[in-house]
Order: sequence, then C-alpha cells, then structure tokens
Amino acid sequence: MDEGKVGLSSRRFMMGDIACVEGAIAAGCRFFAGYPITPATEIAEGMARRLPQVGGVYIQMEDEIGSMAAIIGASYAGVKSMTATSGPGFSLMMENIGLAVMTETPCVVVNVMRGGPSTGQPTMPGQQDVMQARWGSHGDYEIIALAPSSVQEMFDLTVEAFNLSETYRVPVMVLADEIVGHMWERVKIPPTQSIEVVNRKKPTASTKDYAPFKPDDDLVPPMGFFGEGYNFHATGLTHDERGHPQTESAEAQQKLVQRLCDKIRKNSDKILRVEKTTLEDAEVAVVAYGIVARASLSAVVKARAAGIKAGLLRLVTLWPFPDKEVAKVARKVKAVVVPEMNCGQIVREVERAAKETSVFFLSKLGEEPHKPSEILEAIRRTQK
Amino acid sequence: MPVRTWRKPLDAEKIKVPKGEVHIIKNRCKGCGFCIEFCPKEVLEESEELNERGVHPPKVKDESRCALCSFCTAVCPDFAIFTVEKNCEGGC
Amino acid sequence: MEELEHPYEKFLRRGRIPHIWCEGCGNGIILSCFAQALNDLNMDLDKVVVVSGIGCIGRVSGYTNTDSYHTTHGRPIAFATGVKLANPELKVVVISGDGDLFAIGGNHFIHAARRNMDLQVICANNFVYGMTGGQHGPTTPLDAWTTTTPYGNIEHTFNLVHLAAACGAVYVARWTALHVRRLTESIKKALQKEGFSFIEVVSPCPELFGRYNRMETGIKMMQWFKEVSEVRHFSDPAKAEITPQKIVVGEFVDIEKPSYSRLLKEMAEKAKTQEQ
Repeated sequence: MDEGKVGLSSRRFMMGDIACVEGAIAAGCRFFAGYPITPATEIAEGMARRLPQVGGVYIQMEDEIGSMAAIIGASYAGVKSMTATSGPGFSLMMENIGLAVMTETPCVVVNVMRGGPSTGQPTMPGQQDVMQARWGSHGDYEIIALAPSSVQEMFDLTVEAFNLSETYRVPVMVLADEIVGHMWERVKIPPTQSIEVVNRKKPTASTKDYAPFKPDDDLVPPMGFFGEGYNFHATGLTHDERGHPQTESAEAQQKLVQRLCDKIRKNSDKILRVEKTTLEDAEVAVVAYGIVARASLSAVVKARAAGIKAGLLRLVTLWPFPDKEVAKVARKVKAVVVPEMNCGQIVREVERAAKETSVFFLSKLGEEPHKPSEILEAIRRTQK
Repeated sequence: MPVRTWRKPLDAEKIKVPKGEVHIIKNRCKGCGFCIEFCPKEVLEESEELNERGVHPPKVKDESRCALCSFCTAVCPDFAIFTVEKNCEGGC
Repeated sequence: MEELEHPYEKFLRRGRIPHIWCEGCGNGIILSCFAQALNDLNMDLDKVVVVSGIGCIGRVSGYTNTDSYHTTHGRPIAFATGVKLANPELKVVVISGDGDLFAIGGNHFIHAARRNMDLQVICANNFVYGMTGGQHGPTTPLDAWTTTTPYGNIEHTFNLVHLAAACGAVYVARWTALHVRRLTESIKKALQKEGFSFIEVVSPCPELFGRYNRMETGIKMMQWFKEVSEVRHFSDPAKAEITPQKIVVGEFVDIEKPSYSRLLKEMAEKAKTQEQ
C-alpha cells in the first residue's frame, strides 16, 4: 500500500480520512499523537496501523493538549509529525498551536470539522472552525490552512501541508469536514519516489554558532534538531535569535512577532492556491471551499447551461486568505455568492477583498451541504 | 568535633584527610548564607565587603579546617563557591 | 584565586549565569545537583534534552548547556514524550514545578507514569506558585498562608510520592534541597534506570512561601528541613507525609518494569512482519 506503483494498482478506493493517513506517510510523517474524536478517529486508527509498519511511532495521548505538545516534541527531535482532531479537540490544542508558531515548529494539524459549537453534532459536517484556524490561539501570528474538497485532495493536500510546514517552519492545518473525511472515492497514489517531499532547511552554521531563530532572507530560520550537538534552547517566551528569553525588550517583541507574521505574508504568493472554473467572462462568481465547492461546481455548470455566465473560485488555501485572487475576480463580476456551512466566516474575508462588489452569503447548517439547486437559485437571484 | 576512635587506624600514615582550597566567585553570590551555615568545619564566615549585588559574600575564616567535603560547592544555588583539592606535597 | 572556573561551568549556558532565582531559592541547588549527576555519569551532553514548564523552575532549561525546551504551562511531560519517542537515543529529563506538573499538568504526569515512559521527572516542590507571586497550589500545606489563601489554606495537599507510586513509576524518591548528596545519587540512579522515574525535591522559596509562613530566609527554611526530615527508605509512600513537624524523605520505589520504549520496540518488530 505504501509503495504506490504506476498503473491500476495505484488506484485505490478509500475513505478520506485514510487517504489523509496515506498522504502523511507518503510525505514522510513518522510520528502521530492524537486522541479519538468523531469524525477524525479513523485517522488515528489508520496511523496506529500503518506507522509501525513504516518504522514510525503512534501514541494515543491522554488528551488533545498532550497530543499537540507531543507532536511539537517529536518535530524538535527531527521527525515529521501530525495530529488529527475535530472542533472540541481543536479548541484544546489552541494554546500549543501558539507554542508551535512561536517556536517555529513544522507540524500538521488536521481538523475534520463537524457541527459545532461545543459538542455540537459529531457525525455531521460543518465549516464552523475556519476562522478559529486563523485566530484561535492568543497573540498575533499567521498559519497556513488548506481545505480539501475530495478524497484525492485529502491525500494531495496532506502531502502539501507537510511540505509547506517544513518550508516555512509553521504549523499547517488541513481543514477537512466530516463528509470529505468519511466519504469513499477513488484515489490515485503516485509512486513514492515521484511525490515531491520537502524537508526543513538544515543549518549551515557550526554547532557553536548556530542560532535557532536567526532567519535567512526568506524569513525562515534553518532548523537544527535535538541530539545533533547544537545544544540550543527554545522557549514559548519572546526570544532572541539564540532562543534566549527576552521578556523585557520591546525591540525583541517587535522584531520576532512581526517576522512570524511576515514569514507567511511576504511569502503568500508562493503559498496560495486557488482553482478557477469558467471565470474569464463570468458575471457572477461563486467562492467556495471544501465539500461545498463540489456542489458549487455543479451549480455553476448548471447555470452556464441555463445561459448564466457563472464561474467558480475554489479556495484551496484558506489561510493566508487569497485576498488578491478574490479581489481580481470581484472586480470583473457583478456579484459574488459565498455558500458556507456556517453562519458567515470566510464570507467576511471575501467581502473585505471584494470591496464594492455585492456579496451574497448562503448559509447552511446540518447534515447536508448546500444542494447544487440551492446554490443555483442563489446565482439566479443575483441576476435580478 | 574530632572523631574519637579506640585506636589509631593502621593506615593513618597513608590515608590522610584531604585538604581543600575554597574559591569564591564573589559577584555571583546572592548572600543566601547556605555555605556559611552548613559548612561542617566552620571554614567560612560572612565578609565585610560588598559585591556588585550589594550583598556580603562569604570569606574563608580558617582554610586549614577545610576537609574538601565540597558541601558548599553542592549546596550553593548560584555556582559562586567551590573547593579544589590542595596540593599537600610540602605539607599543609 | 578567581581565575579558576567553577567545576560545573561546562553544564551551564555561557552568559546566562547569574540566573534569575532569588537568594536562597532551591532551584539553583537542583540545577547544581543535576550538573553534578551529569558530571559523575560522564553523560554526553549532546544527547541530553532538558524540558521544563512554566514557573521559576521552568527557567532551568534556559540555563543548561544542552538541547532544551521551555513549554507551555503543564505540558513538559507531553512534549518530552514526543521527543523521546521520536528519538529514543536521547536522554530526556523533565524538570518542573509542583503546580506545573501536578495541577495543570496532572493528567500528563499520571499517564506518562502509567505508560512507564522513559523519562526522568524532577519536581521542585516549593509549595506555591512562585513566579506569579506565591499563590497556593496542589502541594500547599493545610492552613498555610498564601496570597490566594489569606485565611489559611483549606485544601488538603497531594502526597506526590504516593501519587507517583500509585501511577506506576518505577523509581520514586523524595529529598529536600538540603540533602544534596542523596539527591545527586537519586538523580544518577534515575538517569540510568529504564522507565519513568520521579524525584520530588522539597525546595525552599524563602521570598514567598517562607516569608508568608514565618520562615523568611533560605537558612530558616533549610533549618526546618534539617530538623524535621526523616529518612525512611522504602517506607509506604502513602504514609510519607509532609507536615510542619515531619518531612519523610528517602527512596520509596525502585522496581523493574518494561518501559514504553521497550514494548514499543517489540511491537514494531511484530508489526513489520504482519500483513496490514
């Protein structure tokens, strides 16, 4: 299973959660710490089965707080690590996500979103955590978040999540939802050697001179790990380039926090991905992500068949938010429709980027995402 | 208090109680007094001088009593005092 | 005289001493005993990782000349678990405080002990939350005055060695900061032992707990330790109380039990040969 071969045998029929497991392993993940939670439990179970087979380690921690702490530890010991959870666990992980950001730890956090808030509807899909992924921890920072829309993307975007986390030394979230996590589709798994895997930059400084938080020109510091003789210190306190606490210096705070934000913001062009369908001459654009983008695509196709010049902008990267792409589309169309399975989250970002163009929000909560007919109806309404 | 023994140990000429030299890194001292208080041989006392922190570091009262137990080295929280074995070739 | 370097200088991070701890604080003694243990065992410092949580003792990881990490409050044991499992060659030591390990971090402690994770945990028990000014915590004695128990503490206290033993730790000891020799020996023993070791160090916080409870100086607190400590090796940890009149110290548990890492290794070999 791990060695995908070219040809039929590399096509598998699997569940989204399991495709995520295979994607992680293909990307080099060899440590998973997690806690069972619907609908991400299958990721933990898959990892428990597969990691020992590939020489990795699975541990079920006592809670999600411990899980997040453990994956930071494993990453600092040089092993690519991941955890998977849903809303309630995501909330618990927030403090340590902040720790991962502050200590620039590459790691992947999968949130298979469900109905919230609180315990909510564990077996129903939702898109209610997308703002939390960006703002959930205290303090000012930036992370990267990807939104898979298919089982194939559960594989592909998990690989990409690892690559991005290693490149930018930042936790990367995979914001799936219960449907994408639990549905079964065909997945093409490329041969392992053809999958592009990125590893963290290694320090070029000698062990004595190594400063763990001294950035290169791309604002990302090379990362040494424990046991290699660097004997460095890392802390969640504001720190200098050597990692030593700097709790009194305004200059240290300014420099560090600004760089943590700039690291993502200034590199956003290299990070962002969107998918455009029939937008060149569109008069109304649908902006969607996750499972809702599937229904949106169907609605856009139906709209075109009915003579409406509709197009779809599918957000693959949710954070950093593709401001420029959305603004570009909004300038050309007369209206934007944003269907989401929440009470209005990404739509706020779209409104901000779309400026004067009208944005129509279509909310749906519960077990089903929007039907294509519902989105088509919304598209029709914009024509009036 | 010297240990009272019934007789002189047979290897008393060979095995000698070691002699220690006390080194004090004065500016590290925070004046907790543990070394002075807990030295079993009462080698140390508080000095009159003030260090950079404004406290009185210890000073050696009678180094001849030091038996290199190194308790001061172990109990100092600030790495401000340590003992080194004295070279007693020419007698101490 | 002053040109000679302190014998433990190589264990300390250059330029970071003097540390931030108050005069008479036991944290420096714990660091000193730890340094001596590493010295006596001739440990490869490149393979030692010190993990600490939040608190005064939490700053210790910034002073050791090893790979080290200062986590969020209560999480050093969970972080250390990740480090150890990712690279079993590393010697991972958690040094943290009573509140960090047993209040907010209590859950991680009991499970790591239960799993017999290959970790050495040293707890600086000073009976209060020192860094934030002396609030009460899970080990504050009954009736003690702290800033959040201004009428006297009405909470019963944890018996940490009893807790550790009950959770399955393979080595459990308690010493006070005055018992420097025995503490160092215990640390050495723990560092060489497979599985989860726990050492409680009853440590003076003269500035806060001491001042609030009529022991204003380090010397007064250490004198209290001297007067009331009783060494009771392998006595029942459940009865190893800490009261104003008695502090029971000693080694309480020293058993052999397969560690998590050992069982993990066996399981991994089995998994490789099995069909998925």
